[in-house]
Amino acid sequence: MPIDWFPLWLSLRVASLATVISLGIGLWLAYLLANREFRGKELVDAIVTLPLVLPPTVLGYYLLVMLGRMSPIGRIYESVFGGPLVFTWQAAVVASTLHAIPLLVKSARAALSSVDRSYERAARTLGASEWRLFWRVTIPLARRSIVAATVLAFARSLGDFGATLMIAGDIPHRTQTASIAIYDAVESGNTMVAQTLVLTISLLTIGIVYAANRLERRQVRA
Amino acid sequence: MIEVRLAKRFLATSESPGFSLEVDFRASAGVTVLFGSSGAGKTLTLDCIAGFTNPNSGRIMLDDGIVYDAAAGVNLRPRDRQCGYVFQNYALFPHMTLRDNLAFAAERHPRLERHRKITEMLERFRLLEFAGRYPHEVSGGQKQRCSIARSLVSAPRVLLLDEPARGLDAALRDDLYALLRELRSELRIPILLVTHDLSDCFSLADTLLVYLDGRIVQAGEPRKVFDRPASPAVARILGITNLFEAEILALDPGRNTSRLRALGHELTGTYYPGRLRGDRVWVFAPPEDLQIQTRAGENRVPVKLIRMVDRPQSVRLEFLPEIAVEMSRHEYEQQRDNKDWFVAFPPGSLRVTG
Repeated sequence: MPIDWFPLWLSLRVASLATVISLGIGLWLAYLLANREFRGKELVDAIVTLPLVLPPTVLGYYLLVMLGRMSPIGRIYESVFGGPLVFTWQAAVVASTLHAIPLLVKSARAALSSVDRSYERAARTLGASEWRLFWRVTIPLARRSIVAATVLAFARSLGDFGATLMIAGDIPHRTQTASIAIYDAVESGNTMVAQTLVLTISLLTIGIVYAANRLERRQVRA
Repeated sequence: MIEVRLAKRFLATSESPGFSLEVDFRASAGVTVLFGSSGAGKTLTLDCIAGFTNPNSGRIMLDDGIVYDAAAGVNLRPRDRQCGYVFQNYALFPHMTLRDNLAFAAERHPRLERHRKITEMLERFRLLEFAGRYPHEVSGGQKQRCSIARSLVSAPRVLLLDEPARGLDAALRDDLYALLRELRSELRIPILLVTHDLSDCFSLADTLLVYLDGRIVQAGEPRKVFDRPASPAVARILGITNLFEAEILALDPGRNTSRLRALGHELTGTYYPGRLRGDRVWVFAPPEDLQIQTRAGENRVPVKLIRMVDRPQSVRLEFLPEIAVEMSRHEYEQQRDNKDWFVAFPPGSLRVTG
């Protein structure tokens, strides 16, 4: 039986998109947490961490309630895009994004805070705006840690199962990602399909983590 | 021209005792040295001027503009204050070449002028041939020059230097002083320099501000400050030795003399204007003004030699009671086998603190 590679491609597509989105949101949150003092800062930090510790099904259930066709967000989405969000591959992106954000925020916050304050002070006395300071000084100096965190976030999104299953379902050729396809294959006794996907995902993930570790180590040396 | 009046308080916590900074000074073009031991509030003053730290009250004026005024609620952001700041660690951006470091500071200049300005600065600070290198590829002296050049590219209204000579060897330090002296005459802006090194004060300062525990305890020309410290505490910060408490026994303005009791002996000094008989004062005698004698006599104090310290240019003898005398090696060779030691105080050697 020929192997259906669609789930793997879908996973890669979902994970890529989720990584881009979570990088944007994650950097912004990390900047706020690292540089600004505001009330409820630790609460924001706790909420951001939540997806990391909540059972994926619980997270998926919340998403289902929040984004479902009866919810305000779900309705707005439906009126803008002409179709419901739940049980589409876009919903899988949302689930993966939520799973990737805590990883990014935690690492990026640490990376941004580790940049020597005197560089930022120097940039300010030289007339730089906060925007220019962030992109030209802070981000380049924290670059490697952030890239490493992004890579890990990508790997994390690639492997999401519970939340994705809850909100995007298991529709072959539409929302069936690799992790879900593996579960399906095992359930239906398709050992060969399961093994191939497992092996591919494992190799991919090992490669990614290895690359991330190397990046981080090079930064320590520099 | 800069005018600073500020107060900054830190409450005591379980880890640290409280600290308060209260200073009030003005500085015009030229070098003003902020001198004092570490933790006296010198760098904190610079940080308040640059806008990194907010004072609790006061006002900071640069030229005719207010950059901070607690009463009026004015508090310009650091980027709007036009303060050049040279950091202790130089703070050159490590991911940019020296040229790019300067370019970062030049973005307020019109595009056409930028390149010319940067090249001019690189040339002026002898950095042109290293312009394409990264900070970790150049020497400490080059990093320092680049750091000063970068702060000047943005055309600051005041230049703040935080311990610029720290960690530099003697030759580089002399280069730095020479550079700062040139800048002093070229730039018509105040240069505030923080240091706890005495030699910086004499080589550079037009004005010296002596810091002690968050206050400026004396201000003035360095030579005048050293000749007449405002108090025994200032004298100690300035590293003045041979500081004794004395009682004035007699004053004779006509013959410009005085009689003092110090170290258990009666000594003759010069007339001290504004003092009265019976006043208790602190006097000090520069170690190089004192002489060694082998016999008792007028204005001499018997002492016991306890230590001889070799200096590069001289020899320093330390006695009991606590008096130090500095002399040339040659003089010391003639005295070294003395059986009895007496320190002679020439009348002009005894100076009184404020």
